[in-house]
Amino acid sequence: MEFFIDPSRCIGCQACVHACAECESHRGVSMIHLDYVDRSSSPQTTPTVCMPCEDPTCARVCPADAIKQTAEGVVQSALQPRCIGCSNCVLACPFGVPRYLGEMDQMMKCDMCYDRTSADLKPMCATVCPSGALFFGTKEEIEHKRQEKPINRFTFGRQVVTTKVHLMVGDTALDEMEFDVASFCEGVRG
Amino acid sequence: MAIPPLSEQELIQQYGPHLNYEPPGGWLAEHEPDRLVKTHCCFCGVQCGIQLKVHNDKVVGFEPWEDFPVNQGKLCPKGVKRYLQNNHPDRLLHPLIRTDGGFREADWEAALSLVVENVQRIQDQYGKDAFAVLSGASVTNEKAYLMGKFARVALQTANIDYNGRLCMVSAGAANKMAFGLDRAANPWSDIPLTQLVLVTGSNVGECFPILTDYLWRARDNGAKFIAIDPRMTPVARTADLFLPVRPGRDSALMNGILHVLIEHDWIDHDFINAHTKGFESVQAAVAEYTPQRTAEISGVPAASIVRAAEMWAEAGKSMLLHARGIEHHTKGVENVLSCINLVLATGRIGKPGCGYGTITGQGNGQGGREHGQRCNQLPGGRDIENPQHRAEIARTWKIDESDLPHVGLTAVELMDAVDAGQIKGLLSLSFNPLVSLPDTKLTRSALEKLEFYAVIDPFMSETARYADVVLAGSLQEEDEGTVTNGEGRVVRIRQAVPPPGNARVDWEIIVDIAHRLGKELLFPYAEPEDLFRELCRASAGGPVDYAGLNYAKIEQRNGVFWPCPSREHPGTPRLFEDGAFAHPDGKAQFHPVTYRPPDEDVDAAYPIIMTSGRVVSQYLSGTQTRRIGPLVDQCPGPQIELHPRLAEQYDIQSGDMVCVESRRSSVTLPALVVRTIRPNTIFIPYHWPGEQAANRVTNRALDPISKIPEFKVCAVRLRKTEAGV
Repeated sequence: MEFFIDPSRCIGCQACVHACAECESHRGVSMIHLDYVDRSSSPQTTPTVCMPCEDPTCARVCPADAIKQTAEGVVQSALQPRCIGCSNCVLACPFGVPRYLGEMDQMMKCDMCYDRTSADLKPMCATVCPSGALFFGTKEEIEHKRQEKPINRFTFGRQVVTTKVHLMVGDTALDEMEFDVASFCEGVRG
Repeated sequence: MAIPPLSEQELIQQYGPHLNYEPPGGWLAEHEPDRLVKTHCCFCGVQCGIQLKVHNDKVVGFEPWEDFPVNQGKLCPKGVKRYLQNNHPDRLLHPLIRTDGGFREADWEAALSLVVENVQRIQDQYGKDAFAVLSGASVTNEKAYLMGKFARVALQTANIDYNGRLCMVSAGAANKMAFGLDRAANPWSDIPLTQLVLVTGSNVGECFPILTDYLWRARDNGAKFIAIDPRMTPVARTADLFLPVRPGRDSALMNGILHVLIEHDWIDHDFINAHTKGFESVQAAVAEYTPQRTAEISGVPAASIVRAAEMWAEAGKSMLLHARGIEHHTKGVENVLSCINLVLATGRIGKPGCGYGTITGQGNGQGGREHGQRCNQLPGGRDIENPQHRAEIARTWKIDESDLPHVGLTAVELMDAVDAGQIKGLLSLSFNPLVSLPDTKLTRSALEKLEFYAVIDPFMSETARYADVVLAGSLQEEDEGTVTNGEGRVVRIRQAVPPPGNARVDWEIIVDIAHRLGKELLFPYAEPEDLFRELCRASAGGPVDYAGLNYAKIEQRNGVFWPCPSREHPGTPRLFEDGAFAHPDGKAQFHPVTYRPPDEDVDAAYPIIMTSGRVVSQYLSGTQTRRIGPLVDQCPGPQIELHPRLAEQYDIQSGDMVCVESRRSSVTLPALVVRTIRPNTIFIPYHWPGEQAANRVTNRALDPISKIPEFKVCAVRLRKTEAGV
């Protein structure tokens, strides 16, 4: 079973955000983000779960070696005894996943509902998502059901990232998604 | 005089709304559930299946119920956090009696004696009809049935109505006129099978979030999607064709689309000839709605109107769905009929992947309108003025037909009659008129005039503050019963936990009052299924036939669609197959519609259209959802949505405080400047009370047939206030 994400279907309802907090081990802390792209011009929202990268940037940049990857490839929240709260991971993640929680002095991030998936349950967010923006199932299933294509290779400037989570794209000729980091930064500055 | 005994601040301090964020004992408590209870969410007409986690007789969380076919584990934020209404600090645990210094806790004997005393006093002094009942469409079928019988048999008053009057009664009336029956014609499982979904006046993504998945499943299979709405809602954003209609012009737009279809002969003559009556009159009525003229009225470009007709024609199968956006109008019935005319003229009904329906909004919006808590209706969808129907129900209820009251006042008229001094006493259940009725000022004035007001509710709603007695009732998860969802599927509601403290389940309170009024023998119920059995028996042979239902059958089949006339009958997911309609002659009836403007249109003094609606994190008047912390945080209060072009005229920016004035009153709220609304229209969600109430400015004018108020359009003017942030 794999995780697929299609932000174009997101209705911004935040069911995923609330459901994440209800996951047994999360105990009220939600680790999924949901953002408006630009509310003034559209109701488009986009949910962000950990993609986990095959070679996770967050773990690479952690000076305290606090971010661990499980054998299944799930990248976990920082280990509390090790995390020094430097936020390197927050700045480095190309997808903007980790958040530093001051009150816990720890980086917390989506862990793909490890406690549920390891018990053969679907992640909470993908189970409740009413629009299908978040989907957990087999690749065959989603390829059979949908016209969009799942991809999991992204380039950010010179960095190439391969992820466990697939992004659904409308352009079926696309094999990887390229982000022009330079022009993106220009846009932010402008 | 029923004025609140304490200041608003003092009442809020004692009875809330306070915000509940955590399960009982907090997040760190061990919540290993004793049991998972398979039941349904209480917060809309979809009735999503959900499993409530129960630990030590407290609801401590939820687990998705993936085997339930309607939502397959999916939930919206209200469903995810619904469990936080249980074990809530604001929960009423005892009956309360109003005193000069506030409300005092009372025992049931004292509270119910007071109710009965006042019922008898008012009815002796002013007549039976001077005591009225207002009920809700969030209650179970059992309670809806009981409320209707209680009013007619125990109180012998004609005046009972319900808050479904504010919901979809215009759709119900139009469906009866056209098809002879009031129910969505298709199960939602027909949506993924269709080739075109046309959604008009329904913010599906926020009001029925789970149906978004049905829309996408249809589109995954190649279907197109047309959205008609004054706002670009989260689903309208993705539509293949978006028609941004000017509020109050829906019937003109539908006439315009049908005009193009007829012009090109893209209609189904065989279906029209075999299964309908009155097409010629509709053909004549839509003749003048050329794309150009329709564009002038509706604000939708002529090319888009033609394109909508082309897409409708190109698709062999279609599903037309609508909701409050076209129903909350003084011409709500006409708007709905204009949609039905389109469906009938093209024969798009009664087939797999091909049909029509209103998406009912309240938890039991469908069942709540079927079994007799409406002022003009008896159980089984029977008509209270039909002699045969009256005789059938009088027989079931073991009363003389002449003792059965006739038609009473509708909800808004009933409140007007309170204000006029004709109705002196009121009992309400699951209804918060101070927030949900249009023109708040008038509602408040009416409540203040009541000689006696009793409320049954689990929380102290804004309206309950005006009560003489507040009877601590039950939440949905504290009682057994059934509800009927928006597609006509009767599902089982399970008791997860008992009511806390001295609170009681609602139906027991009503039955207790009936007994005290001397009607013990006519209300012989020991459990909810006794009520359901009687309801099913009473519905037998009526338009809305539940006769073949029982709790076990509903549970085994994950719900059963009515009509289900016998024990062996599997239920009826799809209505009107093979063109068999429910009128005596089996034919559907066309009704010509001529566009007329809203009751209150814009003019020089009030130049802007205001429309109202919902947000995804709140339910109706918010009595429950304004107490659930995470849902309140998601949308802490209403904002005025307006277009940058309009904002510029008034020098308004997002966050500025803006006063919206109508001829009735004003409301001052922060602005949200967005391009996703028509430039001549503003939108305010209605879930909040007092100074934040959208209904301070809405229009109380009613549809002449269904008596639904015109929530969706009134004329306002804007003023940026000095208190701008």
